[in-house]
Amino acid sequence: MTLDELPRGDRAVVTALDIRGGARRRLMDLGLLPGAAVHAELTSPLGDPTAYDVRGALVVLRRDQARAVHVEPEDR
Amino acid sequence: MATPLPTPGVGRASADPDPGGGCASCALAPDAARLARLGLDPGRYSYVVALAGNPNTGKSTVFNALTGLRQHVGNWAGKTVARAEGGFSYGGVGYRIIDLPGTYSLLSASADEDIARDVLLFGRPDVTLVVVDATRLERNLPLVLQIRQITGRVVVALNLVDEARRHGITVDVRHLTRELGVPVVATAARRGEGLPDLLAAIEQVATTDDPPPPMRLVHHDPELERAVAALAEQVAARFPTLPNTRWVALRLLEGDPGIEAAVRDGTLGDLAAPRVAAAEVQG
Amino acid sequence: MTDLLDEAARLRRGLPDDVGDRIVESLYTDAARIAAASVDRDGAAARLTVDRALDRVLTHRVWGFVAMGVLFFGVFWFTIAGAAVPSDLLYTLLVENGHAWLREGFVALGAPAVVTGLLVDGVYLATAWVIAVMLPPMAIFFPLFTLLEDFGYLPRVAFNLDRLFARAGAHGKQSLTMMMGYGCNAAGVTATRIIDSRRERLIAVITNNFSICNGRWPTLILMGTVFVGAVVPPALAGVVAAGAVIAVVVLGIGVTLAVSWALSRTVLRGESSAYSLELPPYRPPRILRTLWTSIIDRTFKVLRRAVVMAAPAGAVIWLVGNVHLGDASLAAHLVTALGPIGWLMGLNGVILLAYLVAVPANEIIIPTIVMLTLTLGGGAGAQPGVMLDLGDDAQIGTVLVGAGGWTLLTAVNLMLFTLLHHPCSTTVLTIWHETRSVRWTAVATLLPLALGIVVCATVAGVLRLLG
Repeated sequence: MTLDELPRGDRAVVTALDIRGGARRRLMDLGLLPGAAVHAELTSPLGDPTAYDVRGALVVLRRDQARAVHVEPEDR
Repeated sequence: MATPLPTPGVGRASADPDPGGGCASCALAPDAARLARLGLDPGRYSYVVALAGNPNTGKSTVFNALTGLRQHVGNWAGKTVARAEGGFSYGGVGYRIIDLPGTYSLLSASADEDIARDVLLFGRPDVTLVVVDATRLERNLPLVLQIRQITGRVVVALNLVDEARRHGITVDVRHLTRELGVPVVATAARRGEGLPDLLAAIEQVATTDDPPPPMRLVHHDPELERAVAALAEQVAARFPTLPNTRWVALRLLEGDPGIEAAVRDGTLGDLAAPRVAAAEVQG
Repeated sequence: MTDLLDEAARLRRGLPDDVGDRIVESLYTDAARIAAASVDRDGAAARLTVDRALDRVLTHRVWGFVAMGVLFFGVFWFTIAGAAVPSDLLYTLLVENGHAWLREGFVALGAPAVVTGLLVDGVYLATAWVIAVMLPPMAIFFPLFTLLEDFGYLPRVAFNLDRLFARAGAHGKQSLTMMMGYGCNAAGVTATRIIDSRRERLIAVITNNFSICNGRWPTLILMGTVFVGAVVPPALAGVVAAGAVIAVVVLGIGVTLAVSWALSRTVLRGESSAYSLELPPYRPPRILRTLWTSIIDRTFKVLRRAVVMAAPAGAVIWLVGNVHLGDASLAAHLVTALGPIGWLMGLNGVILLAYLVAVPANEIIIPTIVMLTLTLGGGAGAQPGVMLDLGDDAQIGTVLVGAGGWTLLTAVNLMLFTLLHHPCSTTVLTIWHETRSVRWTAVATLLPLALGIVVCATVAGVLRLLG
């Protein structure tokens, strides 16, 4: 599943980044590496973007960016 | 140019207005030309400190704390980005501090990263002071590691420890120091916390004859390791005194334009020229 | 030398394509490992729940917008209410007393009338006026805004409004620079430094003028209360007047989004830069320090630029009223010349002239209009070239209608023109300083004006057709 599909309030672990070059580095700069734990925290009242908790920091990603992040959801 | 150097109100800082006796002509001479080319004027200082760090780490606060707000905005050759430079004296010695643009890495993704890298690589400052945010360590460390791969003359200012305390975050400074191999000083620059220790660390790194070697990153990919090792051998053969052949080899494998240009025009060899410690020449 | 490069190229060919990415990822993984081993976040839990609870409210579908409305309405109200007394004091001191005193001095020294007029009635008066009217609101708005910024609230607003701006092809942080423009457009333009991509920064700069700065509120409020509110029963007058002002503000936001969209599809087409926003933890703001730095940084800087612009403008205002060409003053000639365009736009020559000469600051538009209306319309109590304030809104209304021939159309179109006209010269100077491009500064200056002319002319035309 990709990060944009993660329901609000759920946790997951990043498995892969489906994007190359500078954009990939930017995601890594934000802490999104394979193995990192994420938590879909808040969604904007207008629907997009969504704020994800990555190791304590709230990182905001638009849907098209979140789509590049593959995750494995945690079992409830 | 008898500008009295502002002194931080802490530590063993002295009010000596003329510390190094006009060092523009002494130890920094080989690098003075290079520094001047980059738009920096070493002036009457004995040591040059480059201030690096991610954006939003309180870097400017550290800068202001060290220089006492005395900064003039310098212009970088060829770029319209204005950078702050300042100075301070400590232990009877003058230090020039250059505030590099806040960057997440040195991988040439933007003009800012190019500037920062050029200074660190070709300007070869005596000390690179990296400011990191104690509440965001995992995000700030990639830059520190990249800098550590280039040089061993590094001091890490673990800033915003007051924020970290407030958020219930604790950082094991000893462990971090061991892992990075360079002094890590906890600071809360906006309160003046940790500055005496920071100054002492800067002095220690600037004056040491035996800095830690550049950090070696081990790749878990055997193919890559083989390629790096092979190329590093060739780099070492061509530039025998270069301390960080692996790093150069990695950059060449990546196709880094800056490093390729340096190989082509031979300036990479300049990186290999041994540094003359300022202290040696001063006496 | 090149054999080294050749060798590197050869080795690279033998490696997978994404070797660069792998190297970087290796570095980041190491960094994460070291951090995980050095950092202990156990104490963070409690703090986090408070922050998260606050966030759920402030980004809530309903409460988020309510909070936004309340906070910004609060800031505006506080600014207007809080600035009233200091502005009056400064006005009395600098404009009424200062002007009179300076005049006496000049006359006592035997200065020629022209010199006294030019320097005292022109240069000094305009400068003093701008300071008296500009300084108090800015000294309140900026610190309040900065406090919200320090607290950490503003990124939440950018988060809430992001979709609107993304759809308009603008950068997410434009919502923040847009809000800053409500205090002062020059500060809003400077704030666009938070946008890295030049293309998106230009869009933010060009559209910033559609945020109604402090200096324009008095004009809007005056037109709203005196003209718009006057056509409804007194019980509703206040609400309707406020409604009219709010309508113009909302229109401004709409125009910002529409023009951003148009620019991003035409002359400023290009890639959307990688979006990156973070919601930092909430922080108790350091009130005193914020007051200090925002007053120095924002208020004084802007004020200084405004004063530099106001002085020569004051000279121009006085000259225009006192230099005669033939049998009438320059002002009279210009008003007549601008008359036709004024009529077309549902305004009049006096208004257009005022916008031309009072370009340094929107605050002095109304005093200039009043002065021109009285001196050219044959009203007593005014001297040519000397701006004046009648102190009472109702009185101003009477003058404008009586001596100026203003109608409801004039007032409504003035409200529209207040929103859609060229930026004040302080802002234009700032735009040039920030963009270093004559071309884009010209666009930023003339685009709102062109829009204003078109919109006003259309509204005038439509309303006249409807009788």
